[in-house]
Amino acid sequence: MMDRWTFGLTMLVVGMGGTMITLILLSLIMSILKKIFPYNPEEEKKD
Amino acid sequence: MLDAILSGLNGLIAGFASLHWSNLVMMVIGCFLLYLGIKKDFEPLLLVPIGFGCIIVNVPLSGVMEEEGFLRTIYNAGIITELFPLLIFIGIGAMTDFTPVLENPYTFLLGAAGQCGIFLTLLLALALGFKYNEAVTIGIIGACDGPTVIYVASQYAQNLLGPCTVAAYSYMSLVPVLQPPIMRILTTKKERETIMKSGKRTVSKTTKLLFPIVITIVGGLIAPKGLPLLATIMLGNLMRESGAVERLTKASQNEIANIVTLLLGISVGATMDGKVFVQPTTIIILTLGLIAICLDTVCGVLFGKVLYYITGGKINPLIGAAGISAFPMSARVVQKEGQKYNKKSYLLMHAMGANAGGQVGSVMAAAVMLSVLKGMGVI
Repeated sequence: MMDRWTFGLTMLVVGMGGTMITLILLSLIMSILKKIFPYNPEEEKKD
Repeated sequence: MLDAILSGLNGLIAGFASLHWSNLVMMVIGCFLLYLGIKKDFEPLLLVPIGFGCIIVNVPLSGVMEEEGFLRTIYNAGIITELFPLLIFIGIGAMTDFTPVLENPYTFLLGAAGQCGIFLTLLLALALGFKYNEAVTIGIIGACDGPTVIYVASQYAQNLLGPCTVAAYSYMSLVPVLQPPIMRILTTKKERETIMKSGKRTVSKTTKLLFPIVITIVGGLIAPKGLPLLATIMLGNLMRESGAVERLTKASQNEIANIVTLLLGISVGATMDGKVFVQPTTIIILTLGLIAICLDTVCGVLFGKVLYYITGGKINPLIGAAGISAFPMSARVVQKEGQKYNKKSYLLMHAMGANAGGQVGSVMAAAVMLSVLKGMGVI
């Protein structure tokens, strides 16, 4: 069983790092999706 | 005959005789929560049922939280099974417009920075001697997201469900009081006066439709333990954006969210039994919760300052404070604070982006945390 500080620091590094990396990844994917499916006012009106 | 009358009368005073001082304290706290909800308009939809549930459970000998008591039945059906927070999440997804975060995907990063308080508070809780699962649950208060706190607490630290939930909802409602001083301390006048350009609409309907699907798949693959949280909020959002299931969207936004909020509130209140709740641990948890939400704001604003310098002063660091899950309250606080220093500054849409990012960020942080715990073999 790991000690409290190892556990805490692992959670801080992997947990916060994991959250940051995931959200960076999602922000990149959304930016790419915006490029692939650009906003077209006319199409939006049709919908 | 006299004995029978005395026994009968005894039944009528048994409640008074069994009343413990801690029950009285909790009844006062219950009334205070009702006061906050009714008179001060602080999260009334939750604080009113929580406050009333708290009063009910502290009336001795009622048996409402004993096996087959009506509150125990509701609690077992919705909290133990995690159903209530997940159903609330469908409603939140159906109510939230994620367009501002899609307009400026970088605001996702502010939503990530706003979750630092979770992990820093976890460290503090560990330092104070809480068990691993308890420290995680206390840290999650920093998500500033009631249903997430309930979801995690109901799985890993049911003994802390009451104080953690009360802390989460109380501090969420105190965001307009807690955030502005921190924002002022950490930023200069020049930074606060920064005007941000408002861009044109750039998000297509297809992107809005793909957003919940992509988040669910990518987020779920990275953090499978948190998939229920992610999937429910994204299902609600998909229903909203598709426009194809208007009845379900409206039911999720109104009837389902309202009924579940009532049942969730009253069953959370029912965990606030005086003999369990009135102890030093509760005060420590409430303090740690406050620290968590303040740390979220500190980290969000500091990250906002980093973006301010990277972009050559194009981003107002105040919007970093909105990278928490208190939606849309936090964005409104940022807008108000920005206008105080520059009447021409309209930060609302940018802050809404950070705030929506914070909504996704808090769920993602909880999901990542649960998956890391699973990976470490702690849960």
